[in-house]
Amino acid sequence: MEAKRINPNIDRSEKVITIRGLKKAFDDFEVLRGVDLDLYKGENLVVLGRSGTGKSVLIKIISGLLQADEGTVNVLGKEVSGLKPREMDALRLKIGFSFQNSALYDSMTVRENLEFPLERHAKHMTVAEREDTIQYVLEAVGLLQAINQMPSELSGGQRKRIGIARTLILKPDIMLYDEPTAGLDPITCIEINSLINEVQEKFNTSSIIITHDLTCARAVGDRIVMLLDGQFQREGTFDEVFESNDERVQSFYNYNFID
Amino acid sequence: MDLNKNKPEAAPARRRYVTTRRLDRIFVELAKVYRFNARFFKEVWFPPYEFREIIKQCYEIGVRSLPLISLTGFIIGIVFTNQSRPSLADFGATSLLPALISVAIIRAIGPLVTALIAAGRVGSAIGAELGSMRVTEQIDAMEVSATNPFKFLVVTRVLASTLMIPALTMFTTLVSLLGGYLNVHQNELTSLSVFFYQVFDAITFLDIIASSVKSVIFGFTIGMVGCYKGYNSSKGTEGVGKAANSSVVTAMFLIFIEELLIMQVINTIRAF
Ligand SMILES: Nc1ncnc2c1ncn2[C@@H]1O[C@H](COP(=O)(O)OP(=O)(O)OP(=O)(O)O)[C@@H](O)[C@H]1O
Ligand SMILES: [Mg+2]
Repeated sequence: MEAKRINPNIDRSEKVITIRGLKKAFDDFEVLRGVDLDLYKGENLVVLGRSGTGKSVLIKIISGLLQADEGTVNVLGKEVSGLKPREMDALRLKIGFSFQNSALYDSMTVRENLEFPLERHAKHMTVAEREDTIQYVLEAVGLLQAINQMPSELSGGQRKRIGIARTLILKPDIMLYDEPTAGLDPITCIEINSLINEVQEKFNTSSIIITHDLTCARAVGDRIVMLLDGQFQREGTFDEVFESNDERVQSFYNYNFID
Repeated sequence: MDLNKNKPEAAPARRRYVTTRRLDRIFVELAKVYRFNARFFKEVWFPPYEFREIIKQCYEIGVRSLPLISLTGFIIGIVFTNQSRPSLADFGATSLLPALISVAIIRAIGPLVTALIAAGRVGSAIGAELGSMRVTEQIDAMEVSATNPFKFLVVTRVLASTLMIPALTMFTTLVSLLGGYLNVHQNELTSLSVFFYQVFDAITFLDIIASSVKSVIFGFTIGMVGCYKGYNSSKGTEGVGKAANSSVVTAMFLIFIEELLIMQVINTIRAF
């Protein structure tokens, strides 16, 4: 088992995301029923929860892809629901969103995937600077050799890492990882986990990591919350959360470590 | 152990609208179509213009359709001429063949055949491409990286198709006439210059304008339908197939309706 994580970079005096009473329903199906969440600067917050509990919905609301029905979502001091498109774009540049299935542009090479945000949002950069930035993030995710490949030629884990590289390239303040380790072998998982921690240290980001993989949660999480029945019901460090006698929490734990 | 016990409750069956549900859906869809079009006309004027993507799409839509369109146009020219001959021959009027095929091809067959082939080739490609981008969250990824996906994907493709279908139509018309010429030359021994003299004698300026306007409308329709279906495709791989399929069917259907309407309008104008 990996060593428990100690993160010296957390600044508890500064909240980057504050959510209060967030509700979201699709038709008659209430997915989120009053979620409260604080994310502190420099912190890795892990959101655990079973499939279909609305974890992806939560971060899609944070990044403005979905609209909340009720409640307030404050990101970097801005209320997400009230933003004009231009303000929303400005905010989105500070948020990196790593999608559950990578969402690489599959008509473009890896290089073009990484150039895409740069061309649009880093117009001041010279060609050489852009090239350097691309090399730098690819090195950070350890995939420099894949630069001229098409996404279809990469493995799932490689795609995930390129996806993370693409979100890193604009140096976001907040990273949202949607199941970064789902569907990967244990060794790649460990690589991704240390990548997430490295990203935190190098770029001093605050991150929300969504997962149902407890190894990942333990390795990257400074704080862990569990999403149960549309609300955050347990909160604390990894051990604190799983000390609970709540049957649902326990079964989550047991199923993860069947030997 | 019971694996299901922590499952969130399933959605209660939706029975709110039973009778009016279908009608509702049609109006909701119409409103969505309207908004999609309105968004296009709003966004097309403002930067960023994504020129590179427009040129890439023009290449995809225009240049890559050339082989298929040329072949089809050429064959239709030959076949149409050949099949029209007997009815004119009955009156000993085969010398009118160039005039006949010129009017038919320039006014109707050229624009229509081009549009239908493009609906099949271009419409389905756009529908499938945007559909799969929607399903694999690439469109969302663009959005969260603060790039307007509508501008990058929809505006460029609709513009490219609106530009390239008229160009393709001109090309098809020319190739069809050439096919017609070959057939006429073989049977009536008409020379190229005489053939084209008769062709241009038979048509008016209005014919050319009308055909151009028509093909612009067809091009817009094909691009718009493909983009709408793809951009709003439902989740799941099944959604991609549906988007591609209904792009073609809807575009073809609309093209025929437009053809009919435009014909009426042109006839009214011609009557003046
Ligand atoms: N756009 C949408 N339209 C309708 N329902 C949706 C939509 N997005 C999500 N849902 C529903 O919301 C619920 C939660 O979805 P979500 O994708 O957030 O789950 P998740 O917790 O991320 O699960 P997983 O671990 O499998 O990714 C699901 O039941 C899903 O059917
Ligand atoms: Mg999810």
